Order: sequence, then C-alpha cells, then structure tokens
Amino acid sequence: MAQIFSRNANVYARVTTFGIVVLICGVGWATNEVFWSPYTTYVDVPLTQPVPFSHKHHVAEDGIDCRYCHTSVEKSRFAGMPTSETCMHCHSQIFTDVPLLAPVRESLATNAPLKWNRVHDLPDYVYFDHSIHVAKGIGCSTCHGRVDQMPITWRVNTLYMKWCLDCHRHPQKFVRPPDKVFAMTWQPSQDRQLEPTQLVRQYHIDTSGRLTNCSTCHR
Amino acid sequence: MISLSIRTSLYPLCFCGFLFLCACRHDMMNEPRAKTFSQSEFFKDGASARPLPANVVPRGEAQVNDAFHIGMTNGVYVTQLPMQLTPKLLARGRERFEAICAECHGRTGDGNGMVVQRGFPVPPSYHLDRMRNAPLGHFFDVITNGYGAMFPYAAQVEPQDRWAIAAYIRALQLSQHANPNDLPPDVRNKLEAESK
Ligand code: HEC
Ligand code: HEC
Ligand code: HEC
Ligand code: HEC
Ligand code: HEC
Ligand code: HEC
Repeated sequence: MAQIFSRNANVYARVTTFGIVVLICGVGWATNEVFWSPYTTYVDVPLTQPVPFSHKHHVAEDGIDCRYCHTSVEKSRFAGMPTSETCMHCHSQIFTDVPLLAPVRESLATNAPLKWNRVHDLPDYVYFDHSIHVAKGIGCSTCHGRVDQMPITWRVNTLYMKWCLDCHRHPQKFVRPPDKVFAMTWQPSQDRQLEPTQLVRQYHIDTSGRLTNCSTCHR
Repeated sequence: MISLSIRTSLYPLCFCGFLFLCACRHDMMNEPRAKTFSQSEFFKDGASARPLPANVVPRGEAQVNDAFHIGMTNGVYVTQLPMQLTPKLLARGRERFEAICAECHGRTGDGNGMVVQRGFPVPPSYHLDRMRNAPLGHFFDVITNGYGAMFPYAAQVEPQDRWAIAAYIRALQLSQHANPNDLPPDVRNKLEAESK
C-alpha cells in the first residue's frame, strides 16, 4: 500500500500544531497591545485644536478655577465648555491682537461657535454624569490628571469600562474631602484626618453593589 | 495529502482574520443623535444646540423685576440682602468669589489678582470708601450686567450665588475696616492685651 503521509508530514504536523498555538497567542498579544496602546486609547496623545489653548498657562500660572470655564460641572452631566465670549472676558484687554486668538475673534464676529476637538469621548451607549462624581468627592485630577500641567490637553485615562469599575468597586481609594475636589495637587496619601471609609460613609456612597450594575452606566 | 493539513491550518487563520472585522463597531459608539454641543449638519450654523427663539423664557428663568433678580426696588439699589444671612451663605460666597472673581480682584479684593498682574486693567479695590459705601445691590448689578471693562458674569453665576458673593464682599470689606468697638468685650480685651 502506498504511504498516506509523506515523509515530511511529521514536520508539517509539528509546525502547524505549534504554529497555531504561537499564532493564537501572538494575535492575542498583539490585540492586547493595540487595545491598550495610545493608538486606540488616545492616552497621552495631544490633539490639535483650533486655538492651542493651554491649561498650564491659564490654570497653573494665572490661577483660573476650572469652574470659570467649565461652569456646569457641578450641576449637570456635561462639564460645560467656555463660550468665545468667556475668552473675551480677558482677551478683550490682554493678548488682543495675537494671531493665535484669531479663531476666537472670528467666532465672536460670526456668531459661530469654536469647534474644539473632543479629548474625552465615551461611546454613546455609556451614561456618564459629572455632577454626581463632583458631589461625592471625586476630584478632577483623579480622572483627568494634572490638567494644570498640560500646555495642550490630552487624556491620561483609557475611559475603558475596567477603569470605571476599578473605582466603582473601591471608591474609598479615591474619595477626597469636599474642599479638595478642584485641587490639582491632591494625592490619596495626603490629608488623612478623615479616614477614606469614613468619607465614603459621610458622602453616603452606595456600597451595596449597585454602582457596578450594568444599568448604572448602560441605561 | 499535504493539502489537508494546510487547509486545516487555514481555518483558524480565516477565523482570526474574521475577528479583525469585529472591531468595526463605530455605529454604536456614535449614534445619530445630538449630544450636548455636538456638531450638526442639519442646521445652518453647524451646531445642534438651538438658540432660544425670540421672547421665549426658559422655565425657572423668568426675569422678575424684584429685588432678588435685579438688585433694585423702584430703580434704587437695595441695601439689604433679599434673604437670610447665614454662615453657609457666606461660605458659598467665598467659594464662588475665589473661583470666579479672585483671578482679577485678588483674594482680599484689593484688585491685584493674577490676571491683573499679567496686564489686565486694574479694578478698583473693594476697600475704597466709594466701594464701602456702595449699596449691596450695586455689587449684584455689576455681576449681572458687568461694569466698564468687566464683562457680565450672569452666565457663570446664578442669582442666589450673586447675593452670596455680594455678602462675602461686604465681609471682606469689614475684615479690612473693622471697628474695635463692634467686637464683643471679651474678644476686645484679649486683642488689647495682645497688642500691648
Ligand atoms: C480659561 C478657561 C478654562 C479653564 C480655567 C479651564 N479650562 Fe479646561 N478647557 C478649556 C477649553 C477652551 C478646552 C477645550 C480645548 C482643549 O481641549 O484643550 C478645555 C478642555 C478641557 C478638558 C478636555 C475636554 C474634552 O475635550 O474632553 C478637560 C478634561 C478640562 N478642560 C479640564 C479642566 C480642569 C480640570 C480645569 C481646572 C483645573 C480646567 N479645565 C480649567 C478652558 C478652560
Ligand atoms: C480670566 C482671564 C482669561 C480667560 C477667561 C482666558 N484667558 Fe487666555 N490668557 C489669559 C492670560 C493672563 C494669558 C497670558 C498667559 C501667561 O503669559 O501666563 C493668556 C494667554 C492666552 C493665549 C496665548 C498663548 C499662551 O498660551 O500664552 C491663548 C492662545 C489664550 N490665552 C487662549 C484663550 C482661550 C481660547 C480662552 C477661552 C476659552 C481664554 N484664553 C480665556 C487670561 C485668560
Ligand atoms: C469620574 C471621573 C471624572 C471626574 C471626577 C471628572 N471628569 Fe470630566 N470627564 C470624564 C469623562 C468620562 C468624560 C467624557 C464624557 C463623555 O464623553 O460623555 C469627561 C469629560 C470632561 C469634559 C469635556 C466635556 C464633557 O462634559 O463631555 C470636561 C471639560 C471635563 N470633563 C472637565 C472636568 C472637570 C473640570 C472636572 C472636575 C470638577 C471633571 N471633569 C471631573 C470623567 C471625569
Ligand atoms: C475615581 C472614582 C470613579 C471613577 C473613575 C468613575 N466613577 Fe462613577 N461614581 C463614583 C462615585 C463615588 C459615585 C457616587 C456613588 C453614589 O452616589 O453612591 C459614582 C456614580 C456614578 C453614576 C451614578 C450612579 C447612580 O445612579 O447613582 C454613574 C452613572 C457613573 N458613576 C458612571 C461612571 C462611568 C461611566 C465611569 C467611567 C467612564 C465612571 N463612573 C468612573 C466614582 C467613580
Ligand atoms: C461604571 C460604569 C459601567 C458599568 C457598571 C458597566 N459598564 Fe459596560 N462599559 C462602560 C464603559 C465606559 C464602556 C466603554 C468602553 C470603551 O470605551 O470601549 C463600556 C462598554 C461595554 C461593552 C462594549 C465593550 C466594548 O469594548 O466594546 C459591553 C458589552 C458592556 N460594557 C457590557 C457591560 C455589562 C454586561 C455590564 C454589567 C455586568 C456593564 N457593562 C457594566 C461602563 C460600565
Ligand atoms: C477678568 C477680570 C475680572 C473678573 C474675573 C471680575 N472682575 Fe470685577 N472688575 C474688573 C475690572 C477691570 C473692573 C473695573 C471696570 C472699570 O472701571 O472699567 C471691575 C470692577 C468691579 C466692581 C466695581 C464697580 C465700581 O463700582 O467701580 C465690582 C463690584 C466688581 N468688579 C465685582 C466683581 C465680582 C463680584 C466678580 C466675580 C463674579 C468680578 N468682579 C470678576 C475685572 C474683573
């Protein structure tokens, strides 16, 4: 009887068996790398904006509070973006002619809003609300990082579901006293007159598990 | 029969290739609905947010001509708060003042905030006699309608907070112009003992 398998069959069998394992692991690894790389998460990737707005100048050097521009962050889902008129509060008097600000002046003249590129953008099937987080002692810098050090704004967190859940499972790791929510330099190790668990109780943060229910964020 | 084993190894490959297609799911990430401040191709100005039609008053924002909303009664600035003065109101006023006004007016109200140090016109100090004697309603009015080089802050500060800020400015003024005779006797004696 003629041979069914050729002499090389053993080699092919080995190569395919190991090859598939290597291939699957490789694809898995590569997907994982891409999934967590700045290429998909946009972490640490500065976007180009119509006006190169610098939080470093405005917040750290000029001492302007977040709420001056992001007015609705304590009251609503949306943090709020400054209108072109808000820029003019100051830039009607200082830096009035710099070319950098030409788009702002034009927007004011034509009454067409500036088109900022979104740095953070959750998928539309996720519900997020700023006001509850601010009211329950989660500071801006916990989620947005040291915005006051950014000459142009970028993302420091992936905004993946895992990231939300890490905190919703252990809010005590992140809560701060109410007067420190807007403080950029606050660190979890600082300021421990109030124990974090005590803060969680003081804020009445829900620890029953409802915070990790799917319908909390996917409603 | 080499082709058989090659074919079997092709199936997983095809499957892996198919997996890559699964990443194309942007239709659910950006649903065709208007989100806050999003762009729109439907309206001519390119924004999905619509300006109010003429003469429309949003619920809860009616412009009532009472002291609380305009700081005046019969065209004269009020001198009293149109609400109870509480420590909570003052604390709120302080918080708002330091967030919205101190950039220019400075934390003590002397008109030397950071933005002024960068070349903004210098606002008058709150500790001038003219400002100390200004009726409370004037401060409310300046926040609502602006004053000279200062823009209106009505969009940033709600009426309730405007009064809180006005009350806090009064407290600032008192802090720099306190009369020892207004203090309770025990505090005054303590102060006098310390200053000797
Ligand atoms: C002078 C006005 C101003 C102040 C003050 C300010 N911002 Fe901003 N912020 C802007 C503008 C304009 C943008 C849009 C341009 C950009 O993304 O850089 C922005 C964008 C952002 C974004 C990214 C939004 C997005 O597209 O996802 C975050 C986060 C943010 N600001 C946080 C803060 C925090 C935190 C503070 C306080 C420490 C603050 N900002 C203070 C004007 C301001
Ligand atoms: C409360 C006052 C204030 C407001 C409001 C404000 N700016 Fe500025 N801006 C400043 C000051 C002060 C400087 C000078 C910065 C410095 O040299 O430290 C500045 C500088 C700038 C510059 C010059 C380049 C640079 O970074 O030095 C740009 C561009 C700019 N601002 C954009 C904006 C835009 C856009 C807005 C509206 C979203 C805005 N600013 C709102 C106070 C303000
Ligand atoms: C719990 C985390 C968290 C905290 C705390 C937080 N943010 Fe955000 N922020 C987000 C997320 C997530 C988005 C993206 C929202 C979206 O895409 O709908 C966002 C978006 C923004 C934007 C863009 C406009 C918007 O609302 O979509 C601004 C501006 C902003 N944040 C400012 C702030 C400021 C100022 C603070 C502090 C008072 C703050 N954020 C606190 C998570 C947070
Ligand atoms: C650093 C901590 C932290 C992060 C990160 C965080 N959250 Fe939260 N979140 C909280 C806390 C604390 C509360 C308040 C819980 C309460 O009121 O009991 C909350 C409440 C909420 C609520 C309201 C729940 C309700 O119905 O009462 C929603 C919705 C929510 N978060 C969505 C999100 C989403 C979506 C993300 C990720 C993009 C996120 N959160 C990231 C801490 C966080
Ligand atoms: C704390 C908020 C939160 C909770 C609770 C939550 N999710 Fe999510 N989920 C998110 C966010 C944010 C994303 C978007 C991630 C991204 O940017 O791709 C997401 C994405 C998803 C996706 C799409 C996955 C992807 O990568 O495209 C699925 C499916 C999902 N969630 C299912 C669930 C289920 C099932 C539950 C309950 C067990 C749940 N989620 C609970 C915040 C939450
Ligand atoms: C961008 C800088 C800036 C900010 C922010 C600002 N002001 Fe002013 N303010 C000025 C300037 C400049 C003047 C002087 C205007 C003039 O005389 O032309 C002024 C004047 C005033 C006056 C005096 C009016 C008079 O009778 O002379 C009051 C009261 C006042 N501001 C209150 C406030 C309050 C309250 C806030 C916060 C809600 C605030 N300002 C925020 C710049 C600012």
